[in-house]
Amino acid sequence: MTNTARSGRWRAFLDSEFFHNYRRSPSAVIGSILVLFVLLVAIFGPLWTVQNPYNIASLELRDAYKPPAWIEDGEARFLLGTDQQGRDMLSAIVYGSRVSLIIGVAGTLLASAIGIVLGLVAGFFGGRTDAIIMRIADIQLSFPTMLIALFLMSVLGRGVTNILISLTLVGWVRFARTVRGETLSVKKREYVEAARVIGLPNIRILFKHVLPNVFASIIVLATIQVGNFILTEATLSFLGLGVPITRPSLGMLCNNGFTVLYSGLWWVSILPGLYIMIIVFGINLLGDFLRDELNPKLK
Amino acid sequence: MFRFIVKRLFQLVLVLFAVSLIVFLFTSVMGNPVYLMVKENAPAADIQAVTAALGLDKPLPVQYGIFIKNALQGNFGKSYMNHLPALGLIVERFPATLEIVVVALLLSACIGIPCGVISGAYPKSRFSQVIMAFSIAGISMPSFWIGMVLIYYFSLHLGVLPVSGRGAVGTILGIKTSLATLDGWQHIILPSVTLALGTLATIIRLTRSGMQENMKQDYVRFAKSKGVPRRTVLFGHALKNTLIPVVTIFGMQMGTLIAFTTITETIFAWPGMGKLLIDSINSLDRPIIAAYILFVAVMFVFINFIVDILYVFIDPRIDLQ
Amino acid sequence: MNDTLLEVKNLRTYFHTFKGTVKAVDDVSFSVGRGEILAIVGESGGGKSVTGFSVIRLIEEPGVIESGEILFEGRDVMKLSEREVDRLRGKEISMIFQDPMTSLNPVYTIGRQIEESLLLHTKLNREERRAACIDLLRSVGISNPESRLKAYPHQFSGGMRQRVVIAIALAADPKLIIADEPTTALDVTIQAQILRLMADLVRAKNRSMILVTHDLAVVSEMADRINVMYCGKIVETGSARKVIDESAHPYTKGLIDSIPDLERDRKRLNTIKGIVPNMFELPEGCNFAPRCARATELCFGVEPEQREIGAGHFVACHFPLSGPAHEEEARS
Repeated sequence: MTNTARSGRWRAFLDSEFFHNYRRSPSAVIGSILVLFVLLVAIFGPLWTVQNPYNIASLELRDAYKPPAWIEDGEARFLLGTDQQGRDMLSAIVYGSRVSLIIGVAGTLLASAIGIVLGLVAGFFGGRTDAIIMRIADIQLSFPTMLIALFLMSVLGRGVTNILISLTLVGWVRFARTVRGETLSVKKREYVEAARVIGLPNIRILFKHVLPNVFASIIVLATIQVGNFILTEATLSFLGLGVPITRPSLGMLCNNGFTVLYSGLWWVSILPGLYIMIIVFGINLLGDFLRDELNPKLK
Repeated sequence: MFRFIVKRLFQLVLVLFAVSLIVFLFTSVMGNPVYLMVKENAPAADIQAVTAALGLDKPLPVQYGIFIKNALQGNFGKSYMNHLPALGLIVERFPATLEIVVVALLLSACIGIPCGVISGAYPKSRFSQVIMAFSIAGISMPSFWIGMVLIYYFSLHLGVLPVSGRGAVGTILGIKTSLATLDGWQHIILPSVTLALGTLATIIRLTRSGMQENMKQDYVRFAKSKGVPRRTVLFGHALKNTLIPVVTIFGMQMGTLIAFTTITETIFAWPGMGKLLIDSINSLDRPIIAAYILFVAVMFVFINFIVDILYVFIDPRIDLQ
Repeated sequence: MNDTLLEVKNLRTYFHTFKGTVKAVDDVSFSVGRGEILAIVGESGGGKSVTGFSVIRLIEEPGVIESGEILFEGRDVMKLSEREVDRLRGKEISMIFQDPMTSLNPVYTIGRQIEESLLLHTKLNREERRAACIDLLRSVGISNPESRLKAYPHQFSGGMRQRVVIAIALAADPKLIIADEPTTALDVTIQAQILRLMADLVRAKNRSMILVTHDLAVVSEMADRINVMYCGKIVETGSARKVIDESAHPYTKGLIDSIPDLERDRKRLNTIKGIVPNMFELPEGCNFAPRCARATELCFGVEPEQREIGAGHFVACHFPLSGPAHEEEARS
């Protein structure tokens, strides 16, 4: 009985317009493949890498400064070359991507959680609460997020927790505004008024009626925000204000590589940066497709 | 109209006060500047003397009061590093930053808007698809990475452009700027392109989606029923509606550009205030950090204010009661 | 001189969507004479608006005019180039849209929007255009027209905006005006005013009009002839009096009966049973059969052709309510 129910829903999804458009959109498919690839690398990569680049004991200085395998002087073992301490770049990128992704996703989860709650509260209860929350949001939006994040990190100091705090403080605004807008428009609909008239407690109304409507927008926003946060963290780390040296992210690797760029050792900085771009590119392709699909305005 | 301006100015001042408070509070917990002046194991009397000299022995609210009073006079104290007036240092380096910001803004506007408009007007064309792919790639690239790639290729590999630094300074219309010399332009190209890329992509996307959305509106169909040819409908009717929000986005983009100069100036060793900020953060030079944040905050608030006023003028739908 | 201005033959406009193809207009033929007001009535989704848009080829993706001829003064609109159609629109045939709140471009003055038509289709110079705009505004009942030229659409109420739209539609002196539910979006109190205005302006210059509406009450006053559409097909057509007083198709009768009448409807209002069918899965045979009280096996199996049951009065029904077939049935 459960089997048929499950296959019924799966069938319905495969028949849906959403999936149909998905299959026909090259950017959506490419985006998903990239994201899937990146996730697989992050999860299973360490099983396959030549070394754990953060185990100092496994590094040998004589391996340093090797170029990527396809260039003269390169070794097949170090496919993407090594850095000034003998770290294999491929391994470093794999491990680094885990940090970048975790921060991106965790940051989005935190920022969205707070943003959604505040947005619901502001939209649903209106009045003073709404005014205050939105006023803070507006003021914060009039400043570029990168600058606020920069300032916060300079005060808090480096560290993963601090980055997450900064990202949350910077990122809640967009979620709050979107959710608040949708809440306002749902609130006006008759079935919500009906629910209130029959005495349904507010929390239940919020969850049963408002949230499902807001869901689509949140998904789109969250997808794009993961990409934004990965870039923000990378930039902060590049400036030396992000992750600590012990747990380098891709941005941190670029920072490290930048010091030797002028000597011609391009692979130490350019390759990690390229991978950042690949990750965010995949996310953005997917995010764009989701936004076009779930946005009723353009239909 | 007058009341609107006054109201906005009032809000402006409030925001600045809030920012100053936050900046003060946060910088006051950043490291202990006393130890930048004296060694940690110096005699207690020396430490006490330095503490008093820096005014750090007074209670916090008093410190804030002094901070504000001085700030209003443009006095942010002296840099802990080189003992020169903090605000002065920033103002001195401001023109260099302004140069790359202005060039970047012009680049992204002059290339971005036309590309976005055409891409939105003919969304299925080959041109449009290329532009779209490029613009998604553009917002996915870390700006520091672009800088590095450009440096490596043009400066190190091809050797046609200088690796870093600002070019020779000349004068145009009495203003000292490196844009007056060829050497200056050679130095400014890579940094401003790096800076412009993110904004360029954003403007293209915005203009494109604006055009597409406007083309679906009823008034477009009505215009067609009047016999207005397609080209005129696109560039006469839809365009003006599209450009109105784009203008306001420019204000926000200026803010983002200024923020990203921190990175660009660091990579290209461009002597602007962005690099000064990063250096100051690394050396915990509080006065400069505070001065920078407030200087920049005043700029942003002012830019937003101008944009709001501009919006009222451009969009005929806005009726100020 | 030929009395027929517009002749539509076998028009088919289909919409190709992911879920299937909607035959919005399915083999529709009709004509409009000079100085005639033809009303196309039916429920929402019945194909009437699409018919109107098809006449001036204002159909956009995913809709396509599949086949048919649209002969305006003898020329087939379907065969014209894009440029020639643009010249036709506004000058010979113009449209009045349903929602005045969105028909006008919000960032241009209404003076400029009226002038646009004149610029495109006439050779008047600047002063003449300005004078013409003022005249047009006055003729649609807008007071102080000189001062209104520089106003923006949002400064007008819905009813006023619709008057502006009418002015624009008449600016280049078209021969045929297609009005798509022109009063549906307006307050009930203004509807009658606007309709009367339109009727006056049309009759004054012996223009023709196609009035698309779902409101039969409106139509009885204004129209010379009526086409009744259901699910993409014309089920009945004839002079207004005949169609209203001697409705032959059960659907038409249902529409008329559902107009509230104080005298008759003391207890319950009449409705047409059932709902409009799913346009992706139209029934075989007569489209109306599932809702028709008089349907027989024949109705469900065979689609009825249009038959003449009176002078200029046609109906697509196997068992029409009036006319010779009906009388025969009554006798048997």
